[in-house]
Amino acid sequence: MRPFAGAVDADLHPRVPGLDALRPHLEPFWADSIAQRGLEGFETQSYPPGAPRSMRADWHPGDLPAMQRWLDETGAAIGVLNPLYGVQLIFNADMNRAFTAALNDWVAAEYLAVEPRLRASIVLPNEPDHAVAEIERLAPDRRFVQAMRLVMGELPHGRRTHWPVYAALEKHGLPLCLHAGSMHRHPPTSLGWVSWYMEDVAAQQQAFQSALASLITEGVFVQFPTLRVVLAESGVSWLPAFLWRLTKTWKGVRFEIPWQAEPPTETVRRHVKLTAQPYDVPDAESARWLAHLGRDDMLLWASDWPHWNYEGGPAIPPGVDPEKFLRGNAAALYRLAERVSA
Amino acid sequence: MKHVVAAADAIAPGGRLVVEAGGKRIVVWNLGGEFFALADRCPHQGGPLSAGQVMGHVCSAAPGEYSYDRRGEIVRCPWHAWEFDIRTGRSVFDPRRVKTRRFPATVECGEVLAAERFAVAVEGRYVVLDI
Repeated sequence: MRPFAGAVDADLHPRVPGLDALRPHLEPFWADSIAQRGLEGFETQSYPPGAPRSMRADWHPGDLPAMQRWLDETGAAIGVLNPLYGVQLIFNADMNRAFTAALNDWVAAEYLAVEPRLRASIVLPNEPDHAVAEIERLAPDRRFVQAMRLVMGELPHGRRTHWPVYAALEKHGLPLCLHAGSMHRHPPTSLGWVSWYMEDVAAQQQAFQSALASLITEGVFVQFPTLRVVLAESGVSWLPAFLWRLTKTWKGVRFEIPWQAEPPTETVRRHVKLTAQPYDVPDAESARWLAHLGRDDMLLWASDWPHWNYEGGPAIPPGVDPEKFLRGNAAALYRLAERVSA
Repeated sequence: MKHVVAAADAIAPGGRLVVEAGGKRIVVWNLGGEFFALADRCPHQGGPLSAGQVMGHVCSAAPGEYSYDRRGEIVRCPWHAWEFDIRTGRSVFDPRRVKTRRFPATVECGEVLAAERFAVAVEGRYVVLDI
Protein backbone atom coordinates (compact mmCIF):
# COMPACT_ATOMS: atom_id res chain seq x y z
CA MET A 1 0.00 0.00 0.00
CA ARG A 2 1.32 3.43 -0.95
CA PRO A 3 -1.31 5.66 0.64
CA PHE A 4 0.60 8.88 0.03
CA ALA A 5 2.07 8.37 -3.41
CA GLY A 6 3.78 11.56 -4.52
CA ALA A 7 3.30 13.27 -1.16
CA VAL A 8 5.75 15.53 0.68
CA ASP A 9 6.48 14.26 4.18
CA ALA A 10 7.33 17.47 6.01
CA ASP A 11 8.83 16.01 9.17
CA LEU A 12 11.21 13.06 9.29
CA HIS A 13 13.91 12.52 11.87
CA PRO A 14 17.31 11.10 11.06
CA ARG A 15 18.97 9.51 14.05
CA VAL A 16 22.59 10.34 14.76
CA PRO A 17 23.97 6.96 15.87
CA GLY A 18 26.57 8.56 18.14
CA LEU A 19 29.04 11.37 18.43
CA ASP A 20 31.59 9.44 16.41
CA ALA A 21 29.37 9.88 13.37
CA LEU A 22 30.04 13.63 13.44
CA ARG A 23 33.81 13.26 13.89
CA PRO A 24 34.66 13.17 10.15
CA HIS A 25 32.74 16.41 9.68
CA LEU A 26 34.43 18.33 12.49
CA GLU A 27 37.43 20.58 12.26
CA PRO A 28 40.46 18.78 13.85
CA PHE A 29 40.37 20.80 17.06
CA TRP A 30 36.73 19.93 17.69
CA ALA A 31 37.18 16.33 16.53
CA ASP A 32 39.92 15.88 19.13
CA SER A 33 37.83 17.66 21.73
CA ILE A 34 35.44 14.71 21.80
CA ALA A 35 38.12 12.63 23.51
CA GLN A 36 39.80 15.51 25.32
CA ARG A 37 36.58 16.65 26.95
CA GLY A 38 35.09 13.23 27.33
CA LEU A 39 31.99 14.15 25.32
CA GLU A 40 29.48 11.34 25.20
CA GLY A 41 26.72 12.67 22.98
CA PHE A 42 23.95 15.20 22.72
CA GLU A 43 20.78 13.25 23.16
CA THR A 44 18.34 15.47 25.04
CA GLN A 45 15.55 15.06 27.51
CA SER A 46 13.16 16.38 24.89
CA TYR A 47 13.62 13.11 23.01
CA PRO A 48 15.11 10.49 25.35
CA PRO A 49 16.38 7.64 23.19
CA GLY A 50 14.36 5.09 25.13
CA ALA A 51 11.05 6.93 25.00
CA PRO A 52 8.40 5.61 22.59
CA ARG A 53 7.76 9.15 21.44
CA SER A 54 11.37 9.37 20.27
CA MET A 55 11.20 6.14 18.30
CA ARG A 56 8.50 3.59 17.88
CA ALA A 57 9.91 0.24 18.89
CA ASP A 58 8.83 -1.36 15.64
CA TRP A 59 10.82 1.22 13.64
CA HIS A 60 14.10 0.56 15.41
CA PRO A 61 16.92 1.29 14.67
CA GLY A 62 15.63 4.36 12.81
CA ASP A 63 18.56 4.50 10.43
CA LEU A 64 18.57 5.44 6.74
CA PRO A 65 17.57 2.01 5.41
CA ALA A 66 14.63 2.01 7.81
CA MET A 67 13.68 5.52 6.64
CA GLN A 68 13.94 4.44 3.02
CA ARG A 69 11.63 1.52 3.69
CA TRP A 70 9.25 4.01 5.26
CA LEU A 71 9.33 6.24 2.18
CA ASP A 72 8.69 3.19 0.02
CA GLU A 73 5.78 2.19 2.20
CA THR A 74 4.06 5.57 2.23
CA GLY A 75 4.95 6.39 -1.33
CA ALA A 76 6.17 9.87 -0.36
CA ALA A 77 8.09 11.55 -3.16
CA ILE A 78 9.90 13.96 -0.88
CA GLY A 79 10.81 13.84 2.81
CA VAL A 80 12.09 16.77 4.86
CA LEU A 81 14.60 15.92 7.58
CA ASN A 82 14.55 17.68 10.92
CA PRO A 83 17.58 16.43 12.87
CA LEU A 84 16.93 16.50 16.61
CA TYR A 85 20.40 15.78 17.90
CA GLY A 86 20.75 18.24 20.78
CA VAL A 87 23.60 20.39 19.55
CA GLN A 88 21.56 23.44 20.55
CA LEU A 89 22.16 22.59 24.19
CA ILE A 90 25.89 23.32 23.99
CA PHE A 91 26.63 26.52 25.91
CA ASN A 92 30.01 27.27 24.36
CA ALA A 93 29.02 29.26 21.26
CA ASP A 94 32.04 28.16 19.20
CA MET A 95 31.54 24.53 20.11
CA ASN A 96 27.85 24.84 19.33
CA ARG A 97 28.70 26.29 15.91
CA ALA A 98 31.21 23.52 15.17
CA PHE A 99 28.98 20.60 16.13
CA THR A 100 25.94 22.13 14.45
CA ALA A 101 27.82 22.55 11.18
CA ALA A 102 29.09 18.98 11.54
CA LEU A 103 25.53 17.76 12.06
CA ASN A 104 24.39 19.54 8.91
CA ASP A 105 27.30 18.10 6.95
CA TRP A 106 26.59 14.62 8.34
CA VAL A 107 22.98 14.93 7.16
CA ALA A 108 24.16 16.01 3.71
CA ALA A 109 26.70 13.19 3.43
CA GLU A 110 24.81 10.31 5.02
CA TYR A 111 21.23 11.09 3.98
CA LEU A 112 20.90 13.71 1.24
CA ALA A 113 23.76 12.33 -0.85
CA VAL A 114 22.42 8.79 -0.57
CA GLU A 115 18.66 9.19 -0.88
CA PRO A 116 17.47 11.61 -3.56
CA ARG A 117 13.96 11.79 -2.12
CA LEU A 118 15.27 13.61 0.94
CA ARG A 119 15.57 17.29 1.74
CA ALA A 120 16.65 18.79 5.06
CA SER A 121 16.46 21.67 7.45
CA ILE A 122 19.60 23.64 8.15
CA VAL A 123 20.02 23.22 11.89
CA LEU A 124 20.84 26.71 13.10
CA PRO A 125 23.69 27.50 15.50
CA ASN A 126 22.56 29.51 18.50
CA GLU A 127 24.47 32.77 18.01
CA PRO A 128 22.82 34.99 15.39
CA ASP A 129 26.05 35.66 13.49
CA HIS A 130 26.86 31.95 13.42
CA ALA A 131 23.33 31.19 12.26
CA VAL A 132 23.61 33.72 9.45
CA ALA A 133 26.95 32.23 8.39
CA GLU A 134 25.48 28.71 8.37
CA ILE A 135 22.57 29.88 6.23
CA GLU A 136 24.96 31.54 3.81
CA ARG A 137 27.09 28.39 3.70
CA LEU A 138 24.27 25.93 3.05
CA ALA A 139 21.52 27.88 1.28
CA PRO A 140 23.18 27.41 -2.13
CA ASP A 141 22.69 23.65 -1.64
CA ARG A 142 19.07 23.46 -2.77
CA ARG A 143 18.52 20.23 -0.85
CA PHE A 144 18.31 22.38 2.28
CA VAL A 145 14.80 23.75 2.11
CA GLN A 146 14.41 25.57 5.44
CA ALA A 147 16.25 26.33 8.69
CA MET A 148 15.31 24.83 12.03
CA ARG A 149 15.36 25.90 15.64
CA LEU A 150 13.91 24.29 18.72
CA VAL A 151 10.77 26.03 19.86
CA MET A 152 12.10 26.44 23.40
CA GLY A 153 15.16 28.60 22.92
CA GLU A 154 17.15 31.10 24.91
CA LEU A 155 15.13 34.21 24.06
CA PRO A 156 11.65 34.47 22.58
CA HIS A 157 11.86 33.97 18.83
CA GLY A 158 10.55 37.39 17.90
CA ARG A 159 13.23 39.38 19.73
CA ARG A 160 15.34 41.64 17.56
CA THR A 161 18.48 39.72 18.45
CA HIS A 162 17.27 37.10 15.97
CA TRP A 163 16.46 39.47 13.16
CA PRO A 164 19.72 39.11 11.20
CA VAL A 165 18.85 35.41 10.98
CA TYR A 166 15.41 36.19 9.61
CA ALA A 167 16.89 38.66 7.14
CA ALA A 168 19.19 35.90 5.86
CA LEU A 169 16.30 33.44 5.60
CA GLU A 170 14.14 35.93 3.76
CA LYS A 171 17.01 36.76 1.40
CA HIS A 172 17.29 33.08 0.43
CA GLY A 173 13.56 32.39 0.47
CA LEU A 174 13.94 29.81 3.23
CA PRO A 175 11.23 29.24 5.84
CA LEU A 176 12.04 29.09 9.53
CA CYS A 177 10.98 25.82 11.12
CA LEU A 178 10.34 25.78 14.85
CA HIS A 179 10.35 22.19 16.03
CA ALA A 180 9.21 20.80 19.37
CA GLY A 181 12.09 20.53 21.80
CA SER A 182 14.09 22.65 24.19
CA MET A 183 17.56 24.11 24.52
CA HIS A 184 16.94 23.71 28.25
CA ARG A 185 18.02 27.25 28.99
CA HIS A 186 14.76 27.51 30.90
CA PRO A 187 12.37 25.00 32.43
CA PRO A 188 10.03 23.56 29.82
CA THR A 189 7.11 25.22 31.58
CA SER A 190 6.76 28.74 32.91
CA LEU A 191 5.86 27.20 36.26
CA GLY A 192 9.27 25.66 36.67
CA TRP A 193 10.81 22.25 36.20
CA VAL A 194 8.35 19.43 35.89
CA SER A 195 8.70 15.90 37.20
CA TRP A 196 7.52 13.68 34.40
CA TYR A 197 8.01 13.11 30.74
CA MET A 198 4.33 13.53 29.93
CA GLU A 199 4.40 17.04 31.38
CA ASP A 200 7.27 17.93 29.09
CA VAL A 201 5.39 16.59 26.07
CA ALA A 202 2.22 18.50 26.94
CA ALA A 203 4.18 21.70 27.58
CA GLN A 204 5.41 21.92 23.99
CA GLN A 205 2.09 23.38 22.88
CA GLN A 206 2.45 26.27 25.31
CA ALA A 207 5.87 27.00 23.92
CA PHE A 208 4.54 27.11 20.38
CA GLN A 209 1.87 29.55 21.47
CA SER A 210 4.41 31.81 23.14
CA ALA A 211 6.73 31.59 20.14
CA LEU A 212 3.94 32.59 17.80
CA ALA A 213 2.90 35.47 20.04
CA SER A 214 6.49 36.70 20.17
CA LEU A 215 6.98 36.57 16.40
CA ILE A 216 3.78 38.54 15.86
CA THR A 217 4.03 41.13 18.60
CA GLU A 218 7.67 41.93 17.97
CA GLY A 219 6.78 42.65 14.36
CA VAL A 220 8.84 39.94 12.65
CA PHE A 221 6.26 39.51 9.90
CA VAL A 222 6.04 43.26 9.37
CA GLN A 223 9.79 43.55 9.10
CA PHE A 224 10.16 40.39 6.98
CA PRO A 225 6.97 40.24 4.92
CA THR A 226 7.94 37.18 2.89
CA LEU A 227 9.25 35.09 5.81
CA ARG A 228 7.29 31.89 6.43
CA VAL A 229 7.35 29.91 9.66
CA VAL A 230 6.65 26.20 9.98
CA LEU A 231 5.55 24.86 13.34
CA ALA A 232 6.66 21.24 13.42
CA GLU A 233 5.28 18.65 15.77
CA SER A 234 3.33 21.41 17.46
CA GLY A 235 -0.06 19.79 17.43
CA VAL A 236 -2.68 21.92 15.72
CA SER A 237 -5.94 21.90 17.67
CA TRP A 238 -4.86 24.74 19.97
CA LEU A 239 -4.36 27.27 17.21
CA PRO A 240 -7.84 28.80 16.69
CA ALA A 241 -8.51 29.23 20.42
CA PHE A 242 -5.09 30.79 20.92
CA LEU A 243 -5.52 33.15 17.98
CA TRP A 244 -8.93 34.17 19.25
CA ARG A 245 -7.42 35.17 22.58
CA LEU A 246 -4.45 36.91 21.00
CA THR A 247 -6.62 38.85 18.57
CA LYS A 248 -9.16 39.73 21.23
CA THR A 249 -6.42 41.15 23.41
CA TRP A 250 -4.86 42.96 20.47
CA LYS A 251 -8.07 44.95 19.98
CA GLY A 252 -7.57 46.50 23.39
CA VAL A 253 -3.80 46.91 23.58
CA ARG A 254 -2.73 47.15 19.97
CA PHE A 255 -1.36 50.60 20.81
CA GLU A 256 1.60 48.84 22.39
CA ILE A 257 2.49 47.30 19.03
CA PRO A 258 1.19 49.81 16.49
CA TRP A 259 3.15 48.11 13.69
CA GLN A 260 0.65 45.24 14.00
CA ALA A 261 -2.08 46.94 12.00
CA GLU A 262 -4.10 43.83 11.21
CA PRO A 263 -5.61 41.20 13.51
CA PRO A 264 -2.92 38.65 14.48
CA THR A 265 -5.11 35.90 13.09
CA GLU A 266 -4.71 37.34 9.61
CA THR A 267 -0.94 37.51 9.97
CA VAL A 268 -0.76 33.90 11.07
CA ARG A 269 -2.91 32.76 8.17
CA ARG A 270 -0.47 34.32 5.74
CA HIS A 271 2.83 33.42 7.35
CA VAL A 272 2.47 30.21 9.33
CA LYS A 273 2.29 26.54 8.36
CA LEU A 274 1.93 23.55 10.63
CA THR A 275 2.99 19.97 10.15
CA ALA A 276 -0.07 17.81 10.62
CA GLN A 277 1.51 15.24 12.88
CA PRO A 278 0.30 15.08 15.52
CA TYR A 279 -3.06 16.14 14.10
CA ASP A 280 -5.01 16.29 17.32
CA VAL A 281 -8.39 17.44 16.02
CA PRO A 282 -11.11 14.79 16.30
CA ASP A 283 -12.44 13.73 12.92
CA ALA A 284 -15.96 14.82 13.85
CA GLU A 285 -14.69 18.36 14.58
CA SER A 286 -12.23 18.61 11.74
CA ALA A 287 -14.38 20.54 9.28
CA ARG A 288 -15.32 23.12 11.90
CA TRP A 289 -11.74 23.44 13.01
CA LEU A 290 -10.61 24.02 9.44
CA ALA A 291 -13.29 26.68 9.06
CA HIS A 292 -11.82 28.48 12.07
CA LEU A 293 -8.43 28.27 10.45
CA GLY A 294 -9.95 29.90 7.39
CA ARG A 295 -7.40 28.67 4.86
CA ASP A 296 -6.54 25.40 3.22
CA ASP A 297 -2.86 26.09 2.64
CA MET A 298 -1.59 25.99 6.23
CA LEU A 299 -1.28 22.26 6.89
CA LEU A 300 1.62 20.15 5.71
CA TRP A 301 1.30 16.41 5.84
CA ALA A 302 3.99 14.77 7.93
CA SER A 303 4.55 11.34 9.34
CA ASP A 304 6.94 12.49 12.07
CA TRP A 305 8.76 9.22 11.50
CA PRO A 306 10.09 7.53 13.64
CA HIS A 307 8.24 9.29 16.47
CA TRP A 308 5.15 7.59 17.80
CA ASN A 309 2.64 10.14 16.51
CA TYR A 310 1.94 8.30 13.30
CA GLU A 311 -0.02 5.08 13.33
CA GLY A 312 -0.26 4.39 9.63
CA GLY A 313 -3.26 4.39 7.36
CA PRO A 314 -4.67 7.26 5.37
CA ALA A 315 -4.55 10.05 7.91
CA ILE A 316 -6.08 12.75 5.76
CA PRO A 317 -8.28 14.87 8.02
CA PRO A 318 -11.89 15.23 6.92
CA GLY A 319 -12.41 18.53 5.18
CA VAL A 320 -8.93 19.17 3.79
CA ASP A 321 -8.06 19.33 0.12
CA PRO A 322 -6.03 16.09 -0.16
CA GLU A 323 -3.78 17.32 -2.94
CA LYS A 324 -2.84 20.52 -1.15
CA PHE A 325 -2.50 18.77 2.18
CA LEU A 326 -0.30 15.97 0.92
CA ARG A 327 1.78 17.79 -1.64
CA GLY A 328 0.74 21.19 -2.89
CA ASN A 329 1.19 23.24 0.27
CA ALA A 330 4.68 21.92 0.93
CA ALA A 331 5.67 22.09 -2.73
CA ALA A 332 4.74 25.77 -2.82
CA LEU A 333 6.31 26.57 0.53
CA TYR A 334 9.59 24.88 -0.27
CA ARG A 335 9.46 25.81 -3.96
CA LEU A 336 10.18 22.18 -4.72
CA ALA A 337 9.53 22.31 -8.45
CA GLU A 338 11.79 25.30 -8.81
CA ARG A 339 14.49 23.64 -6.74
CA VAL A 340 14.41 20.40 -8.71
CA SER A 341 14.74 22.19 -12.01
CA ALA A 342 17.38 24.63 -10.75
CA MET B 1 -34.22 67.18 16.26
CA LYS B 2 -31.98 69.64 18.06
CA HIS B 3 -31.33 69.36 21.76
CA VAL B 4 -29.60 71.95 23.89
CA VAL B 5 -27.55 69.89 26.33
CA ALA B 6 -25.06 72.18 28.05
CA ALA B 7 -23.61 75.61 28.30
CA ALA B 8 -20.50 75.65 26.15
CA ASP B 9 -18.32 76.76 29.04
CA ALA B 10 -19.54 73.84 31.15
CA ILE B 11 -17.16 71.53 29.25
CA ALA B 12 -13.55 72.70 29.44
CA PRO B 13 -11.13 71.93 26.59
CA GLY B 14 -10.08 68.31 27.05
CA GLY B 15 -13.15 67.71 29.18
CA ARG B 16 -16.20 65.58 28.73
CA LEU B 17 -19.79 65.63 29.92
CA VAL B 18 -22.41 62.90 29.97
CA VAL B 19 -25.88 64.10 28.98
CA GLU B 20 -29.25 62.55 28.31
CA ALA B 21 -30.92 63.64 25.09
CA GLY B 22 -33.52 62.04 22.90
CA GLY B 23 -33.67 59.15 25.34
CA LYS B 24 -30.01 58.41 24.81
CA ARG B 25 -26.95 58.56 27.04
CA ILE B 26 -24.41 60.64 25.19
CA VAL B 27 -20.90 61.82 26.03
CA VAL B 28 -19.91 65.25 24.77
CA TRP B 29 -16.21 66.05 24.38
CA ASN B 30 -14.47 69.39 23.97
CA LEU B 31 -11.37 69.03 21.80
CA GLY B 32 -9.72 72.42 21.80
CA GLY B 33 -13.01 74.30 21.49
CA GLU B 34 -14.63 71.85 19.05
CA PHE B 35 -17.41 69.70 20.43
CA PHE B 36 -18.04 66.05 19.56
CA ALA B 37 -20.79 63.77 20.79
CA LEU B 38 -20.72 59.97 20.87
CA ALA B 39 -23.16 57.41 22.16
CA ASP B 40 -21.80 56.60 25.61
CA ARG B 41 -21.83 52.95 24.81
CA CYS B 42 -19.03 50.83 23.45
CA PRO B 43 -20.24 48.72 20.51
CA HIS B 44 -18.43 45.73 21.99
CA GLN B 45 -20.18 45.05 25.31
CA GLY B 46 -21.73 48.41 26.12
CA GLY B 47 -19.05 49.90 28.34
CA PRO B 48 -19.34 53.63 29.15
CA LEU B 49 -16.83 55.40 26.94
CA SER B 50 -17.22 58.51 29.12
CA ALA B 51 -15.30 56.67 31.85
CA GLY B 52 -12.39 55.74 29.60
CA GLN B 53 -8.89 57.15 29.48
CA VAL B 54 -7.90 59.35 26.57
CA MET B 55 -4.65 59.23 24.65
CA GLY B 56 -3.31 60.12 21.23
CA HIS B 57 -3.34 58.09 18.05
CA VAL B 58 -0.34 55.86 17.52
CA CYS B 59 0.53 54.08 14.31
CA SER B 60 3.77 52.72 12.93
CA ALA B 61 5.59 52.19 9.66
CA ALA B 62 7.95 49.58 11.11
CA PRO B 63 8.59 47.71 14.36
CA GLY B 64 10.14 50.06 16.90
CA GLU B 65 8.77 53.19 15.25
CA TYR B 66 5.94 55.05 16.99
CA SER B 67 4.14 57.79 15.14
CA TYR B 68 2.10 59.56 17.80
CA ASP B 69 -0.20 62.50 17.24
CA ARG B 70 -3.70 63.84 17.98
CA ARG B 71 -3.11 63.69 21.72
CA GLY B 72 -6.34 63.58 23.71
CA GLU B 73 -8.48 62.57 20.71
CA ILE B 74 -8.65 58.81 21.27
CA VAL B 75 -10.73 57.36 24.09
CA ARG B 76 -10.23 53.82 25.32
CA CYS B 77 -13.26 51.97 26.66
CA PRO B 78 -12.82 51.32 30.38
CA TRP B 79 -13.95 47.72 30.02
CA HIS B 80 -11.70 46.19 27.35
CA ALA B 81 -9.60 49.16 26.27
CA TRP B 82 -10.79 49.35 22.67
CA GLU B 83 -9.74 52.68 21.17
CA PHE B 84 -12.23 55.05 19.54
CA ASP B 85 -11.66 58.24 17.62
CA ILE B 86 -13.56 60.94 19.51
CA ARG B 87 -14.03 62.94 16.29
CA THR B 88 -15.69 60.10 14.37
CA GLY B 89 -16.70 57.38 16.80
CA ARG B 90 -14.77 54.88 14.74
CA SER B 91 -12.56 52.27 16.38
CA VAL B 92 -8.86 52.37 15.69
CA PHE B 93 -8.45 48.63 15.09
CA ASP B 94 -11.31 48.30 12.59
CA PRO B 95 -12.67 51.77 11.77
CA ARG B 96 -14.90 50.58 8.95
CA ARG B 97 -16.88 47.97 10.84
CA VAL B 98 -16.50 48.76 14.55
CA LYS B 99 -17.75 52.18 15.60
CA THR B 100 -19.94 53.88 18.13
CA ARG B 101 -22.67 56.26 17.05
CA ARG B 102 -21.70 59.87 16.54
CA PHE B 103 -24.11 62.80 16.77
CA PRO B 104 -23.60 66.21 15.18
CA ALA B 105 -22.66 68.74 17.87
CA THR B 106 -22.58 72.47 17.35
CA VAL B 107 -22.24 75.57 19.47
CA GLU B 108 -25.04 78.07 19.03
CA CYS B 109 -26.00 81.35 20.60
CA GLY B 110 -28.80 81.48 23.11
CA GLU B 111 -30.72 84.10 21.18
CA VAL B 112 -31.55 81.65 18.36
CA LEU B 113 -32.42 78.72 20.62
CA ALA B 114 -35.80 77.69 21.83
CA ALA B 115 -35.08 75.14 24.49
CA GLU B 116 -37.84 73.23 26.18
CA ARG B 117 -36.15 71.91 29.28
CA PHE B 118 -32.98 73.96 29.46
CA ALA B 119 -32.92 77.55 30.55
CA VAL B 120 -30.92 79.54 28.05
CA ALA B 121 -29.76 83.10 28.23
CA VAL B 122 -29.75 85.07 25.01
CA GLU B 123 -26.16 86.10 25.56
CA GLY B 124 -24.97 82.52 26.30
CA ARG B 125 -23.41 79.94 24.02
CA TYR B 126 -24.67 76.37 24.13
CA VAL B 127 -23.76 72.90 22.93
CA VAL B 128 -26.52 71.66 20.68
CA LEU B 129 -26.88 68.04 19.57
CA ASP B 130 -28.85 66.93 16.54
CA ILE B 131 -30.39 63.58 17.40
